[in-house]
Formats: sequence, C-alpha cells, structure tokens
Amino acid sequence: MLTFEKAVFSQGSFALAVDLSVAAGKVTAVIGPSGAGKSTLLHGVAGFVPQSAGRLVWQGTAIEGFAPDKRPVSMLFQDNNLFPHLTVLQNVALALSPKLRPAADVVERVEDMLGQVGLSGLSGRKPSGLSGGQQSRVALARALLMDRAVMLMDEPFSALGPALKDEMLDLSVSLATDRTVIMVTHDPSDAVRIADEVIGVAGGRAWPPVETATFMSSPPEGMRDYFRQSEV
Amino acid sequence: MARSALSIIAALVVAGAVIVPVAAVLWRGGGVAALSAADWAALRFTVWQAFWSAAISVVLAVPVARALARRAFVGRSALISIMGAPFILPVIVAILGLLAVFGGNGLVNLILGPLGVPRLDIYGAHGVILAHVFFNLPLAVRLILQGWLGIPSERFQVAASLGARLFWLLEWPMLKRIVPGAFAVIFVICLGSFAVALTLGGGPRATTVELAIYQAFKFDFDLSKAASLAVVQMVLGGVAGLIALGLARGDMMGAGLDRVVQRWDGSRLFDALWIGAAAAFLLLPLAAILVAGLPGLLDLPSSIWPATVRSVCVALAAVVLTIAIALPLATKAGEAASLLGISVSGLVLGTGLFLVLQPIVRPSDVALPVTLLVNVLMSLPFVLRILRPGIEGARADFGRLGQSLGLRGWALWRIVYLPRLRRPLGFAAGLTGALAMGDLGVITLFSRPGEGTLPLVMYQLMGAYQMEAAYGAALLLVALSLGLFWLFDKGGRVHADV
Amino acid sequence: MQKTLLTVAGLFCASVAAAETPVLTVYAPDYFGSEWGPGPSIEEAFEARCDCDLQYQTGDLLPRLLLEGANTEADVAIGFNSDVSKRARDSGLFAPHGLDLSPLTLPLEWNDDTFLPFNYGHTAFIYDNTKLDGFDSFEALLDAPDDVRVVIQDPRSSISGLALVLWVNAVYGDEAEAAWARLAPKIVTVTQGWSESYGLFTDGEADVVLSYTTSPAYHIIAEEDLTKSAAIFEEGHYFMVETAAKLAGTDNGDLADQFLAFILTEDFQTMIPTTNWSFPAALSEDKWPEGFQELPMPETVLFYTEDEAAALREPAIEAWRAALSQ
Repeated sequence: MLTFEKAVFSQGSFALAVDLSVAAGKVTAVIGPSGAGKSTLLHGVAGFVPQSAGRLVWQGTAIEGFAPDKRPVSMLFQDNNLFPHLTVLQNVALALSPKLRPAADVVERVEDMLGQVGLSGLSGRKPSGLSGGQQSRVALARALLMDRAVMLMDEPFSALGPALKDEMLDLSVSLATDRTVIMVTHDPSDAVRIADEVIGVAGGRAWPPVETATFMSSPPEGMRDYFRQSEV
Repeated sequence: MARSALSIIAALVVAGAVIVPVAAVLWRGGGVAALSAADWAALRFTVWQAFWSAAISVVLAVPVARALARRAFVGRSALISIMGAPFILPVIVAILGLLAVFGGNGLVNLILGPLGVPRLDIYGAHGVILAHVFFNLPLAVRLILQGWLGIPSERFQVAASLGARLFWLLEWPMLKRIVPGAFAVIFVICLGSFAVALTLGGGPRATTVELAIYQAFKFDFDLSKAASLAVVQMVLGGVAGLIALGLARGDMMGAGLDRVVQRWDGSRLFDALWIGAAAAFLLLPLAAILVAGLPGLLDLPSSIWPATVRSVCVALAAVVLTIAIALPLATKAGEAASLLGISVSGLVLGTGLFLVLQPIVRPSDVALPVTLLVNVLMSLPFVLRILRPGIEGARADFGRLGQSLGLRGWALWRIVYLPRLRRPLGFAAGLTGALAMGDLGVITLFSRPGEGTLPLVMYQLMGAYQMEAAYGAALLLVALSLGLFWLFDKGGRVHADV
Repeated sequence: MQKTLLTVAGLFCASVAAAETPVLTVYAPDYFGSEWGPGPSIEEAFEARCDCDLQYQTGDLLPRLLLEGANTEADVAIGFNSDVSKRARDSGLFAPHGLDLSPLTLPLEWNDDTFLPFNYGHTAFIYDNTKLDGFDSFEALLDAPDDVRVVIQDPRSSISGLALVLWVNAVYGDEAEAAWARLAPKIVTVTQGWSESYGLFTDGEADVVLSYTTSPAYHIIAEEDLTKSAAIFEEGHYFMVETAAKLAGTDNGDLADQFLAFILTEDFQTMIPTTNWSFPAALSEDKWPEGFQELPMPETVLFYTEDEAAALREPAIEAWRAALSQ
C-alpha cells in the first residue's frame, strides 16, 4: 500500500495536499482538470517535486526522503522518454545498469523484454528510426525492466492515435501484473479501460481512490464541474 | 547538491585566478590610482567602439546564421568551419590580411580606384570597428547558428504545418535567448582591444584602456595605475556580462530528435547573398594571408618546429583543462565569473601571476603552465557561452529521466549530457585550441630564449626585419589553428545527426 | 624511504655538479636573445673565454627587474635605452662598471659610470628611393604633399615612437605641436611597435616609415636590395643608445665585470652590426662591415640626457597627442 499521510507537494506557488492510500497491485488512475495538480502528484511520488509536509509510506517504509532512483518506482514520462543518441538496446539496458556496453546477461534480458513488447530485432536502431508507437514500446520495456513495485505513467501514449493508445494501455497492464500502477490521464475513457480505482484531483487537493465505475457515475463533490465541462 | 558545490568551487577558483593577481599588482603598486583626463577619454572610446563592434557583429550575424541554418549546399560545413578562422587569427596577422583587402593599396581600392571611386581610407574609428567585426562576426555567426540548429526540426514542421510566422514563433524567442550573451562576449573582447585599435585607429584618438595599461606598465612602471585601469576593465566587463546574462531569458526549446532541419520559407536569393557577402568579407583577407605567407614557408628557420610543438602542446592542454573547468562552471554565476577573466588585461594578469609566483618558483620555469592558465581563463567565457545553452537544454529535457534511471555523477555526464553536447563541445574545444595556439599571452615576462611558442617566434622574425619568414610563420600558425579547430569541430559533428 | 633519500642525494649531486660551472644570468629584451638577435653569438664568444655558462632571461627588461627588486637572479642586464634609463638608475639596483670608456666611438661624449653603451643608432625616416626623392630636412618632410603616407610608432608603447617625439621636440621646441599638426595629415596610422610599422611599410601600405638610420643596411646586406634609404635631415637626428649594467646584488661580480669588459672588445663589437642592425658603440668605422660603412651619417646628432628625457617625455607626448587628436 502506498500511503500519503497529510502530504503536501509544492511546486513554486502551487501546493497539492494529499491524504489517502493507494492499494498495492491495482491500477489507479489520476483524473482531473488541466492544471489541477495531477502531474504534481505523480512527480511528487517519483521524487521530482519537493514534499514540504507529511509522509509518504510504501509498505511500511517512509520514502519521502529518498532520491528519485532510490524509490520503488519506475516512470513513463509524457515525452522525452528516450535518449536520441542511444540505441534501443542502450536505452532499455539503462534500466539495469549505467553502462553503454551492457553485459551479455543484460543484453539477453533486454532482448527478451523487447520481444514481449513486440520489438524483436529492432534493438540496434536509434529512436529517430522508430515510429511513435515503437518509441512508446521502448519506453515501456525499460519501465518494466526496472522491476520496481510501482509504475508511474504520466499521460502515457497521449501522442498516439486512439486505437494504438488503447493497445499500448492494454499491453502495459498485461505486462505489469502484480505491480502497482498509477496513471495520470486527462481522458476518462483511459481510466474506464484499465483502472481499478480513480483518484480525483482538483483545486490543489486529491480525493481518496474510488472504484472506477462508482467514480464515473457519481464523481466526488468538486469534481463535478470538470465532468460537466468535459461532457459539453 | 554535489553538483552545486562543485559549481561554486569552480566559480571561486576562476574568480580567484583573476582577482588574486590583480590584487597582487594593486598591492605592490600601493593602492588605487586616480585616473587622468586622458584615461577617461580612453575609457569612453573603449566603451564606444566595443559597443558598436559588438552590436554590428551580432546584427550582421543574424541573417548570415539564418541563411546557413536553412540552406543546404555543397561545401556548407567546410565554409562554416573556415569562416570561423578570423576569430582565431593572431591580431597582427589579421590586420595584415585586412589591409591587403581594405588598405591603401588593398584590393578594394585597386578595383574601385580606376572606376573613379574616391580612395577608401580604413584608418579611423570605422577601421577599428571593421576589424572588430571581422574578428567577431564568425563567433557571433557560430553562436547564433547553434541557436538555430538547437531548435528541433519538429518545431519547424509544426510551425510550417500551422502556417505560422516562423520568425515570431520560433526564431525570435531563440534570438532573445542567444543574442544578448553573444553581444556580451564580443563587447567584453573588444574592451580589451589594443593593437587593432591602435593600428587601424589612425592615431591617439583611438586610444583604448589596454594601451593606457601598457604605457603605465612598460614606461611608467606605475603598477597602481595599471591595476586600477584593470579593475575598471573588470567592472565594465562584469557589468556588461551581468546585464546581458540577465537579458538572456527565454524558453528552452525542448528536446528534439536531432533530425536535419528542413525549411520551407525564405528567399533563396537573399540567403545566397548574405552567405556570399559574409564569405567574401571573411575569406578574402585570409586568402591574402595565404598569398603573403606561401613564399615565406621556404624561409622558415628550423627552430620553428620545436616552437610549433610547444604551441600545439599548450593548445591541447588548454582544451582539456578548459573543458574540465567549464562543465561544472556552466551556470549563470559561473559564466559571470568567467567574464572577469577575459575582461581583465592580460598584461596585468601576467604581472600579477609573476608577483604571486616569483617567491615560489623561477618564473621562466613556469612559462608554459602560466601561458596555459591564462589561455584557459581567456577561453572560458566563449566555451561557457557555447556550452551553457546545451547543458541547460539537456538538463531540462533529460535530467529527470536520467535521475529516475539512477544515473548520477560521472555516469549522468557520460551517458546523457556529454553525448547531447557533442556539437557544442566540439566547437568549444576547437575554439579553445585555436585561441591557445595563436595567443602570445603573458609569456613576455616569463620566457627564456629558445623556448618560445610559435606566435613569439613570428614576432621575433618581424623584429629582425624578416617579414617574409614572419608571414610564413603566420601562415603556419593560421593553418595549425584552423586545423585544430577543424578537427575538434568536425569530431563534434560526426554522427551528431544520429 | 630509501628511494626518497636516493632522490634527494641525486638532486644534491646534480646541483653540486651544476654549481661547478658558474652561471652568469643576463636579462635582455626579447629581440636580443632571439635566434636572429645578437644574443646567441655573444653567448658563444663569451663562454669560450669565461669558462662559465651564460644564460639569458628575456622579456620586458626594466619592469621585470623592478618587480623582482633585490631578489633578482640577474647578474647583468643588457638593452636599456637612455630615454628611459633614469627609472632604472633611480631604482638603485645597479652598480658602477668601473671601466675605462676611452674605447667608445659614439658620436658624442659618454661618461656614464653605470650604464655602458654597446650599440647606437639614430631615428630616421626610411623610404623607397625608386618611388620618392627623399627629404633633406624635417621641414621638407612636413612640407611634403599630404598624399605621402607616413607610418610611425606610438610614443606611449614604443621606444622608437618616444624617440620621435623627443626628436621633434629637439628640432622644433615650443613649436612642436604645430610641427605635429603639419605632419598629421600624412600620418596613415600609429602602431604599437616598430615591427608593425615596418611591416606596413614593406607591404606598401605606407611610403615612409619611422625607423633607424641603419635600417637600409639590412636590406643591402641581407637582401641585396638597394631601394631603401634613410632620409638624412639637416636639422639633425635623434640619437639612441642601448646600454648594459651590472646588478649591485650580483653574487657573480667577477663574471659580471668580465662580461661588461667583453662588451668593449672588438669580438663583441663586430657582432653587433649584422645581428642587431645598429652601429657598434666601440669600433672604429673602418672595421664596420661593408654596407654599414657606406651608410650616410647624420651631421648633427640630437640627444637628451636621461634627466632631460624624463622631464620632457610627458609634454612631448602631449604635444603629439593634442595635434594628432584634432
């Protein structure tokens, strides 16, 4: 369980207060209007946005003082997930070791993971030689290979077409079995497609997770405006 | 945390390396001296010519850089490399090249004279500015060209598909970020002008602060006056730097995937004219140096070769040291500190180092290390100007990704930043090497006969009436400087377009 | 530990070995010590007779000595110019040479007990005799048409430039500024040093260059080029002399004395003309190399003592600056 105990994340003059728990092993979506603080929440968990108050506890361990790479999280960014100057193999291998010439066992694991995301045979290419969908798969492969208990997804695949995006979401969830997935999205249908629960974020505050169907049928007070607008 | 501590240490070291020698001269001279009316006049002229030299350089550089950024043609990269040459020419050589084109018997008068056009007279304030533009236009073009190449081609595609006005959408924000820094660096370089201002200025009206320092030091041995003037230079340079760095705001352009820029706008003809005019302005004097130097190559004394080896060693060492210092120094404060180095008189710096070192070692034993140190200090501002935007860009684009992957310290630099910086690093290394090759530096206080560098031998030849051999040495120097520059610059661009 | 001891011992032995050959340290201007200056041949000749090691330290002579003060390594300094030697004398760093000055062949009397002359020359304007007829007086130069292009050196950064303003002062006195005003339209530019001016002249950028009466000798002897002449003025030419002196604090007093005595020998003096391209200070004219003997010599020699030069320097430069800033 990932627990936010009266946590406050501050970014400039903006502050987001979070006091809730996310169930382990489930897929949780974070939904809210633009600028509400969805990304702040995610980047707070990842350790990129400073936490000014409260605690952040994962399975009984307080992690708010940990550096980003010491937290039990891997992250899929909105964009710039790949280093343009490195090959697919090198990009993914960074999940396992900071070496540009990975050892044979690392190469084997990377190739195996690339096969799972459907990129067999492309490990020698550079990102500029891949399609958008393929680039997303490389990023996913790396996030999965990092083998962290929590996978954070910041509006992933939002640059892809609807069919491709759905395919990638399904792939992510199917490969991330037994991990805790937290995904920021501005599209409620993404949540409906893959999330078990939904956290609503608006006006600098976050509501505790609610089962997806329940959230959609009766959004929490304060989130209704958002839904009314998005329905128009 | 570690990064910022290292940055602070690097900034302090650099500032110290400048301030301690100046303070030593001031202390030895017995304090600050009052400036005379002539000094104030020199100060006014110095600032005036530096302002216009810098302004004209950057204004002309914008269309040239844009033309080079958006036109692909055979020999483009060679042209970009060789157009950088004036910046790295030893002053005296460059003046001879300029005079061959613009002088009394120069090419321009030779062609225009028979057509009844009145004789062009290069000597005067306009000559000083012309020469400074000749020296610094290449730097301005390269800095601004980098800004253009730093705009991801994806942005141009988006903008083109939107039918947006590229200039206001993409180029103006980039220029706002790049131009003030380029202006500041060139302004500060021109503050230290001495031989150019004197030779082309046509007389005492074109007296600069650096000349006043030279006089105070050589003839009057008035260390207090020399150091006071150096402090004035430093303050001027520092203020100019801070203003420019403060102005140099604007958004980072975000990461692209390094595809070659393709453009669909602009007039081919105008771009060709700009490139042609700039190439003629910058390359004709170089051709004149080539012609003047070729016969002298046969007269070169054998002692030129050890001097050449020494110069190349100094240059290579300067490259390594400068880059190593520049990387942690690539912050705003660091860049400000580095501007101190270039704004202060080399003569005062050398004298200060002499005063500091003399009780510890024999000055002539450390001639090359001191030359090296001064070269590093002089190169840092350019190197930082070139590297900082790239480093900040790489940090903004890939910093968090690197962090989330647990890359830190050297691994972060090796895997993320350095590869992202290949192009600017190559350029910066080439520039440092070339500048160090051509610099006479402070060696006059420290040198021992038979241990001079190539520029010193060139001056000795000139002093011994051997003008032809001196021009041969100058040609050798230019060829080596350009060669070093080209090697590093090329190295930075190989595979840079992934 | 053993290794360290060995190293120390080795260094000690090395320094003892080195100490067996005494070293005479001579400070000199850069041009003097360079391959093309008189330094190397003088070093060879002196070492042959002294059983010592002569080592030059080159660079800015006086500033360096003043910076180092009593701590200087120098035993002898060579290459002072009389127009700025007051500062050197006032520093108290130098000791009398104690030599008999009768061998001197200078065109004027010289009784300095500290600064020993080793060569001399006169400022002169050099021109290409295939293009100009020359000038027989300063007046003629000032009266020349304004399209005669003259290049001179800055008196604030160059010793020959300083000699020129003193020359103008010696010829025109209170009228110096007016004389400068007449010359001003002909002055193409003013350079930092002699080399830059001479380069402009040989490149054809100027018709007339401020240099020395001895300059044509270089072209005659080294290049067999007879087209360069010095204009000899009836008003006279400013005399420039270079000197050497012994440091008071030297710990090689005997060697330093030997070296100063060597300066007045024929061996030394015969090396001067074709390496320093100036007149030897103690050598009769019949022993000058061919090419030097034929040089036209000024009939009148103008000269200020170092005290006069020091006092006149500032007003003379100011007259120049005022006229040329118009």
